[in-house]
Amino acid sequence: MVNIDVAVIGGGSAGMAAALSAKENGVENILILEQGNELGGILQQCIHNGFGLQVYNEELTGPSFAQKLIDEVNNNNIDYRLETTVISITKDKQITYVNEKEGYVSVKAKSIILACGCYERNRGAISIPGVRVKGIYTAGEAQKLLNIENILVGKRVFILGSGDIGLIMARRMMLEGAKVLGVAEIMPYSNGLMRNIVQCLKDFDIPLYLSHTIIDVQGKEHVEKITIGKVDKNKKLIKGTEKDFWVDTLLLAVGLIPETSLTQTAGIQLDAHTKGPLVNDRFETTVPGIYACGNALHVHDLVDFVTMESKLVGRFVAEDILSYTTTPNLINVFPLEGVNYVLPQRLNKDVKEKVTFYFRVNKPYKESKVEFLDGDRVIKSVKKKYMLPANMERITLKKDEINNISFDLKVRVSEI
Amino acid sequence: MQDIVIIGAGIVGSFLAHDLSKYDLKVTVIDKENDIANGTTMANSAIIHTGYDPEDGTLKSELNVKGAKMYPEICKELKIDYQKCGAYVVACDKEEIKILDQLKNRADKRNIRAHYMEREEIVKNEVNISDDVIKAISFPDTAIIYPWQCAIALMEEAVINGVDLILGEKVYKIDEKQGFFTVYTEKKAINTKVIINAAGCGAEKIANMIEKSPFHITYKKGEYFVLSKQANKFVNHIIYPVPTKVGKGVLAVPTTHGNILLGPNSNICESEDLSTTSEGLEYVRNHLNRIVKNIPYHEVIRSYSGLRPTGNNGDFYIKPSYKNKNIIHLGCIDSPGLASAPAISAYVIQEYIKKCLDLLPKRKYVKRKAPPVMNQLCEKEKNDMVKTQPLYGKIVCKCEKISYQEIVDAIHSPCGAKTIKAIKKRVRPGMGKCQGGFCEIEVAKILSKELNIPLAQVLYDEKHSNLGTEAKQW
Amino acid sequence: MIKELICIICPMGCHLQIEMDDMKNINLVTGNSCPRGEKYACKELIHPERILTSTVRIEGAIHPMLPVMTDKAVAKDKMFDVMKKLKEVRIKAPVKYEDIIIENVCDTGANIIASRSMDKYEKL
Repeated sequence: MVNIDVAVIGGGSAGMAAALSAKENGVENILILEQGNELGGILQQCIHNGFGLQVYNEELTGPSFAQKLIDEVNNNNIDYRLETTVISITKDKQITYVNEKEGYVSVKAKSIILACGCYERNRGAISIPGVRVKGIYTAGEAQKLLNIENILVGKRVFILGSGDIGLIMARRMMLEGAKVLGVAEIMPYSNGLMRNIVQCLKDFDIPLYLSHTIIDVQGKEHVEKITIGKVDKNKKLIKGTEKDFWVDTLLLAVGLIPETSLTQTAGIQLDAHTKGPLVNDRFETTVPGIYACGNALHVHDLVDFVTMESKLVGRFVAEDILSYTTTPNLINVFPLEGVNYVLPQRLNKDVKEKVTFYFRVNKPYKESKVEFLDGDRVIKSVKKKYMLPANMERITLKKDEINNISFDLKVRVSEI
Repeated sequence: MQDIVIIGAGIVGSFLAHDLSKYDLKVTVIDKENDIANGTTMANSAIIHTGYDPEDGTLKSELNVKGAKMYPEICKELKIDYQKCGAYVVACDKEEIKILDQLKNRADKRNIRAHYMEREEIVKNEVNISDDVIKAISFPDTAIIYPWQCAIALMEEAVINGVDLILGEKVYKIDEKQGFFTVYTEKKAINTKVIINAAGCGAEKIANMIEKSPFHITYKKGEYFVLSKQANKFVNHIIYPVPTKVGKGVLAVPTTHGNILLGPNSNICESEDLSTTSEGLEYVRNHLNRIVKNIPYHEVIRSYSGLRPTGNNGDFYIKPSYKNKNIIHLGCIDSPGLASAPAISAYVIQEYIKKCLDLLPKRKYVKRKAPPVMNQLCEKEKNDMVKTQPLYGKIVCKCEKISYQEIVDAIHSPCGAKTIKAIKKRVRPGMGKCQGGFCEIEVAKILSKELNIPLAQVLYDEKHSNLGTEAKQW
Repeated sequence: MIKELICIICPMGCHLQIEMDDMKNINLVTGNSCPRGEKYACKELIHPERILTSTVRIEGAIHPMLPVMTDKAVAKDKMFDVMKKLKEVRIKAPVKYEDIIIENVCDTGANIIASRSMDKYEKL
């Protein structure tokens, strides 16, 4: 069996960034396994701009951002396989993958980085009532069809969910000649970035229906009509608020979920909130030597954050390979009121450096404070002017602040 | 001139086509849908009931018991899925135990294996059984199949042996002439000596083309949830509540591919409406709670509904037309239609077709060659496949691990898949967690290439369900 | 005249009120939490501009479409003119990242450039 130091599953931004950083930190024998026919992952279909300000200090499109990473991977002679699907991984880090040339192959890795991205929540997951006919797509699927394959899936479109991909697709389809009749969002606030609300909806006079959801989809051979309705605080339909739209297409932009189908065979534990693996401060999952980063770990707002996180993980993996010391995970990290999830979910007893915590709030907050608690003791309090569930928050705790923790670490948010 | 035209390519029409293809006959099958098994056979519970449920003296009781016993052999012959997972009918109170006793009685009389289980034993095998369940009957011979695969395999073998299959054409008129009939579709007029009306939900409409239909169909809609394979340990057996007058109730059913089905409710609907409703799914949720607990709704990957063509007196209606004995109506084939289908076919041939036509066995009958299923092979076999055809090593559907070549095989099989849905039914890309979010485009591209049509023209299912239009033309 | 805008510079999304005179000169911006809001309002009201991203058809490459973008922001009301122009473009692989596809598109002063490289692709 072939031995590899670091096997990276997924050749999107997370996988490439992690591989590059592992290489930069001294690992030679790296292999990226990518399912698609080129590197870059989902970035290749995100042809809009708005990426790159944090990582490259310039505004880039998805493909441009990918191009920069791909060029770096090639310049660093990092080995990768395309059109290669990982079938399974095991606890002792054996990977079985398949492609046309090699068939089914098993390799052994010292470390594995899960960087296989996420998938879109679809109709099944949210049980939208109505018929199952052609014309219902996830926003990402419609995006790939349009931007990569040149197929406009419909002429009259309604979008459920105000996530960024939905907003971006509203603009894209309008520009390509379709009419977008509206966007419905079940929450009372938008789940997309404000600039996308303005530049994708307001620029094209597309109405946004907050606190609304789809209650019916009708049509014989394809979608003909959808019905939306207003919902109350408990997301229950308010009778009499129904409104019909005659459309041929319904796009769903109702959230992303980390791709974790490989975690089961390896026995990696998942977090019920992020739906991704549980990790410690070095992004190591509950199985030693298997790490996770990018959207395979938790869903990020921007590829810049994916890239920065993955570079960090690449370094951790390199350091751990060169001098690995098992420290039992002793400190648990919990979200309290106001917080949907916190990551990492565990800390090593003695962290080697500062740790950045990623979290999302459960509703919009103005003038509020984020508190980190050790038992009842507040060890850090940070004031925030404005926080939205759509924006991932990041707060860093110093090494000393963490190493003095005696119980566990909890994070809460409250308005001042 | 055809000998027989079968209207309907569902499970019953497929069994008839298959069984009749063994004789020297000219047979045509017509279906309005773009694929085999696209109506009632498309959406049901996929269970081969053993036959303890139908009342004594009904055609259902006779054909269900017979049909269920025929399946193991048929599935083995065709190399298709058949799993004897067994079923528990569970009771929560004394009244329900009385019904269990009735079922046990009936099962004994019909030679169906059944034995009582006390709560302790049930819980040992099914940890998620509801706390209210006190007793059950186990039916170890209740089985599950993959209905689409079964209908398609049957029809494939029929087509290999000379049956003519016409899909995507609706029968709109039937003329009776001296000694024969003409069946009209939008494109064709087919002369035939015998007609078998196996049109499922459309059977009454077909009957009305000949006479005032001697049977009346009420559409009963059943709605279901599908759980992902991650939830496949949720139940190991089919879990039924005790049956009521309305039907078999809301069940939890393992599938042959490791998913779990939850449902159905049963609602009368006016038209052939296949939509799901929030009320219907709510009903399923509420009634499931009686028999199982810890239901992993976060693993729901899909909901769907199916229509059952139900008759007035609760039994199948299988009889020749009053006007002409050469038309045989198969009306009201609702549950247990799937379990009864092989016996229905045998019964129709024996009782009626033999009286209309001379049945001479064909000299040469060709067996269907089942396509390779990569997931069922060991690693060495898989590698041998990839060596002979590298595209067996290119995975298109990540969730179900379906290779490119398996999809190509399905397109070029005897009843080849021409639509995205038809591929899904044969090889299952898009049946996993992402529900086609990643692979549907790849499947469409393969269809476009293999059928030599532009990508935008690839159909999802029926006509006018093409993918879209070209945004920027060449 | 008072115009309303939502500031998109940061996630706060301040609701800006802009007082303008008849000559469309901006007199006062309120509702902003920082100076960046005022700057945004002036730009957005007087001369709204957007970077436009889209695709053009490409032959002999890995995909049938090449992603492209304007190399600087173009007037908002020119977007559909530029889109129309892009429908006429047909190019052949290879293309390099930032290659100019159309110069000074629709007289906007901006070029259409390739968002990525696309080599010649032979497979399938």
